[in-house]
Amino acid sequence: MDGSPDLKNAGPAQTYAGPPDYRVVGRHGVFPETTHDEIARFNFLAHMNRHLSTRVMPSVKTAWERRAGPAFEAREGRPAKDRHEVRKALLHDPYYQAWSALRRATMEQRQQAGRWIALRQAETLAARVEALTAAGDRLELDPALPIPRYVSAVDHHCMPGSYHTEVFPGDVSGAANYDCGIFATTGGALGRFSDGGGHAVVGWVRKHQPEFRPARILDIGANLGQNVLPIAQAFAEAEVVALDVGAPMLRYGAARARSLGVENVRFVQGDGSDLSRWPDGHFDWVQTTMTLHELSLTSMKAIFREIHRVLAPGGIVLHVEQPQYGPDMPLFEQAMRDWDAFYNNEPFWSTMHELDIDGFMIEAGFDRANLIHGGVTAVVDRDVFPDAADDDGEDYGRKAAWHVIGAHR
Amino acid sequence: MSIDIAMALSSAKPAGKRPYFMDPSVERVLNILMATVQELAVTRERLDTVERLLEIKGIVPRSEIEGFEPTGDQAAERGLWMQEYLNRVLRTLQQEAEALQTPGDLASEEVALEVSKADA
Repeated sequence: MDGSPDLKNAGPAQTYAGPPDYRVVGRHGVFPETTHDEIARFNFLAHMNRHLSTRVMPSVKTAWERRAGPAFEAREGRPAKDRHEVRKALLHDPYYQAWSALRRATMEQRQQAGRWIALRQAETLAARVEALTAAGDRLELDPALPIPRYVSAVDHHCMPGSYHTEVFPGDVSGAANYDCGIFATTGGALGRFSDGGGHAVVGWVRKHQPEFRPARILDIGANLGQNVLPIAQAFAEAEVVALDVGAPMLRYGAARARSLGVENVRFVQGDGSDLSRWPDGHFDWVQTTMTLHELSLTSMKAIFREIHRVLAPGGIVLHVEQPQYGPDMPLFEQAMRDWDAFYNNEPFWSTMHELDIDGFMIEAGFDRANLIHGGVTAVVDRDVFPDAADDDGEDYGRKAAWHVIGAHR
Repeated sequence: MSIDIAMALSSAKPAGKRPYFMDPSVERVLNILMATVQELAVTRERLDTVERLLEIKGIVPRSEIEGFEPTGDQAAERGLWMQEYLNRVLRTLQQEAEALQTPGDLASEEVALEVSKADA
């Protein structure tokens, strides 16, 4: 502050805590081009998300404690017994309605903004991806792979077309939309390349498994590979497989990796519930990052069994997810975390977060004594980005702070 | 062409039935309003860029924009613009008020019957 009365335009800026300008986003060879207006649209959305989470959402709790909760107890003669009752009671509260309607609108606006960017240059992007992936063995597609019901039934996080559809053969606009918009959705909390989760996993492994030298790594539900590239770069001697069911994500991801100079990742189209192309004990490390909540119960169990089979003795599996709902988590918080499950098309989110993951890992063959539990936050360039480790706020399922659940084989 | 694809598909609906948290007609208006709010921010950011570039290139300092005082004529022109603008935006209120003054107003559908009678 320079004492100028011209607060609006005086520089330097007043104390600022908020998302960085979109223009610091990490760009690579297949990242879509963006105009001034398109960037401004993303800037608006990053701020809108922040406003909703810091200025609007806290009062949803007040509305529950002072209005919706007492109304429920007056009506039923008892407190709510689970998170579903809390959420259904909140649906009648005008403040929850307003917050929810705005949050849903913001999600849809984010998709619209990103899809406009990606679709208006879809043919150019497809050509660039083709040029970067035509040669070599870094991309292996399987057009006959059935798309699981848990992917095709509803479009996850309201992303039209989800991970697997294309507008024309070779189209990657869905992946480009995902890639360019996640920075706006998260307000930069995942870093320039939205890979803060991958860096966090690397940091965790370096700290807790300093002697670990994996030769073969498998990332299941790799998406466009944003979280596996930091792993591949940190363990440059390893051969890494990024597995996903969505061909457009894999094509885009392979081109993205090549343009970023990461050569030790092969993008393979496949379903984690059937890893039969790899023999027993093939991998030293199997990773999933924010993947489990997008599966189904059957597929998750099958994936756990396959992971146990393909892991070498001494190998590790790590699942990175939002924290599980436990008896210590207030029902209100559980209900708020469930919002994305029901109103942002994340249908397995709710069930997955109440499951005994440890129990399923043991059922899949791991020893209870070998289970791993930890916590990580996104690792980002702190000069530019807010760091989730320094953030006392709560965004009920969207904060870049996760749990690690895993096991040694 | 990509632009045709973008026109047709950029606002597409995701698979999955949409939840409504309010009366759907109210939420519809809210959705349109929030898109408009977003576009206002987009215009504001562009204007901010223009002002900063004008200043950087030594054409118009931003303090001059901030301190600009219109002459009497200029203020009157602006005032007229503002009045016209509000009339346009609040059209629906004016029409509601006029309707209050016109108790015998007929619907076109009623007049349609009248003017279609053989002996009209």
